[in-house]
Amino acid sequence: MMQAIYDRLKDRFQLGALDVRSRKGLAFVDLRREFLRPVLTELRDVEGFTHLILLTAVDWIEDERFQLTYLLNNRQKNLDLGLRLRLDRNLAIGETIHDLWPTAATYQRELREMFGIAFPGSPRVDEEFILEGWTDMPPYRRDFDTLAYSQQTHADREGRETSDPREFMKQILYPKD
Amino acid sequence: MKHMDPNFRKDTKTEFPQREELKPRKVTTPDGQVIDIEPLQDYFCQEPPKVHQKSYFKIVEDFYNWCRAESLWILAFGTGCGAIEMRPLMTPRFDAYRYGIQWRATPRQANLLMISGYLSVKTLKRAIRTYEQMQGPKYVVGLGSCTINGGMYWDSYNTIKKLEEYLPVDLYIAGCMPRPEALLAGFMELKKKIKAGNAEGANKYAEKFDWYKANQKAVIKDWDMPDYNW
Amino acid sequence: MSIDWPRIGYAALTLFIVINYGMIMTALVRKIGARVSGRYGIRIYQNYIDLVKNIALRSKITHGVMYYLGPVFRLTGGVGLLLFVPTIYGSAMWSNFSFAGDLVLALYFVFFGTLGMALGAAESGHPYSAIGITRGLSQVTVAELPLALAVFAISLQYQTLNITDIVAAQQGGIFNWTLFTNPVATLAALFAFVGTMMRSPFDVVIAPQEIPIGPPTEYHSSYLALMQTNRVLFPIAKTVIYMNLFFGGATNWFEFAIKVFAIYMISVLVGVVHPRFRVEQSITFFLKWGLPVGVLAILLV
Ligand code: SF4
Repeated sequence: MMQAIYDRLKDRFQLGALDVRSRKGLAFVDLRREFLRPVLTELRDVEGFTHLILLTAVDWIEDERFQLTYLLNNRQKNLDLGLRLRLDRNLAIGETIHDLWPTAATYQRELREMFGIAFPGSPRVDEEFILEGWTDMPPYRRDFDTLAYSQQTHADREGRETSDPREFMKQILYPKD
Repeated sequence: MKHMDPNFRKDTKTEFPQREELKPRKVTTPDGQVIDIEPLQDYFCQEPPKVHQKSYFKIVEDFYNWCRAESLWILAFGTGCGAIEMRPLMTPRFDAYRYGIQWRATPRQANLLMISGYLSVKTLKRAIRTYEQMQGPKYVVGLGSCTINGGMYWDSYNTIKKLEEYLPVDLYIAGCMPRPEALLAGFMELKKKIKAGNAEGANKYAEKFDWYKANQKAVIKDWDMPDYNW
Repeated sequence: MSIDWPRIGYAALTLFIVINYGMIMTALVRKIGARVSGRYGIRIYQNYIDLVKNIALRSKITHGVMYYLGPVFRLTGGVGLLLFVPTIYGSAMWSNFSFAGDLVLALYFVFFGTLGMALGAAESGHPYSAIGITRGLSQVTVAELPLALAVFAISLQYQTLNITDIVAAQQGGIFNWTLFTNPVATLAALFAFVGTMMRSPFDVVIAPQEIPIGPPTEYHSSYLALMQTNRVLFPIAKTVIYMNLFFGGATNWFEFAIKVFAIYMISVLVGVVHPRFRVEQSITFFLKWGLPVGVLAILLV
């Protein structure tokens, strides 16, 4: 079923290869930026993907890219389709889709705060979402080191020990090796 | 072991801009007057906390302390996972009421603040406000390893590690999370401490007020409240 | 006018007895509630500890004069109510300041406290206080309606507004009680009784676990102690009125204790088995059930 939908859309929107994961009815597909809106509109209005489950981002710092994932759901046919879109990491500006799904505005606000991806035109996108009074770089970017930040901000208590879980269990279970 | 970037430096220069609603401004009143408003001065009281003396007679103070210990009113304010372990205390199985422990819905009437678990910086702000609105003598109990040394949020960018740097803690109850039995044991310890007259957290807070405020302001960057909220 | 010192002394003593009785009884009632839900419950002297604790708090803040007056009004309501009705019938010592027409005054006092409270709490400027007051006042108003009607009914029946006379008319055997001579009025009044005792199912106004705890939100330390005193005094005073009007009054302290406890238990028993009504639900309840019974009582006399 997913394949049929994919076949209908593939050529018109120059989609990447269909990437089927873990279970039937869940697939991901790469998308070119200029086709984002037409594809989403088509999926929503024609193919029955009426529900935006989530919009999230991944920081591919090695490739200098942010990946936005739009996860859509077709309730009638029980299909989940993830659309993956890559943005330039140094010029992180996404396209707002709050007019397609109003909930997207909240996700975009979160991404703006946690990853620093701008969504011009999205309502209230520049307001604080979860963090309050945050002045450092967006904390979900991978070059933000939360351990280092935490140690430079909050003092550790003396005597705290940390063990590597793997080494620790190995010592307990297989002390001879 | 978690990898840490040795070159990472946190941004210490950027100041958080003052919030719009806290800036001094001119307001036109309904009858047409134009008045200056300075929210931080006008809306809040600026008075610092006072150190309160004990009763003059030791026997009276001892009696009062006994009453305080036997009538602990907890503020129903849950900060982290630990809050879930407080509720069973009201149930028939643990029944904390028989020890004179009760829950109150407002900080004015409560005198025991339980910090039940990890405290994000954002919640810390509310916890401070709440603590300051309570009437002394008041007590703080930190619940779980998160309040002691950060617990499993030891590397989180947004949770504090040592609670006693921000509020005068009387007692910690260790565990992740502590069982209700541990809480009851903790309450008994607290009672002993109060009866012995050692739980003077409110006065300690007033004495070392500047130190506490400095610590609090070091992590709460948008300080949008008065220094003391009585 | 000469001041009648012994009478004032007895009035003070009445207050003292009733407050202590109230302290113990409310604790006992909470204990019963706890036992019903399978808990051990609070200690029987817990109320005293809480009171001393609140008085012993070292810091307090105020929100102006009205804020002070709130608890004071409220306590005045309770004390006034108690002192202007005869506590023990037929005893010069314990009749206190009752006089002809005291029934009207008593009705007035029932409402007075809540009103004063409203003024005081409004002064504190706490938004939840305002919510609490609105809810409390609207509920108390509708709940009092059946009582007012019932009181009209029995004052018609006995042709007097003096509580002592009403009690006198009920002496001489259990079947002279209003409970049996005018059951409909009694029923109407009991609606009001259950409704204004601030016990479940009509206690949403002051439920301590609700976030808008109601009018007392801002009150603490000694103010709260005053209100606690009133909390134990007021229900007893109210119960005394009901006892005098409908259950034949009491001729000695022992009878007083038993009867008050028994009447109080009506609301308790209703309370422990019923969940709370929302305010608008309870208002409809009173308009639908309480009010017609009250009207019926008047019509039947
Ligand atoms: S100590 Fe454990 S249970 Fe308590 S707040 Fe921290 S993580 Fe949660």
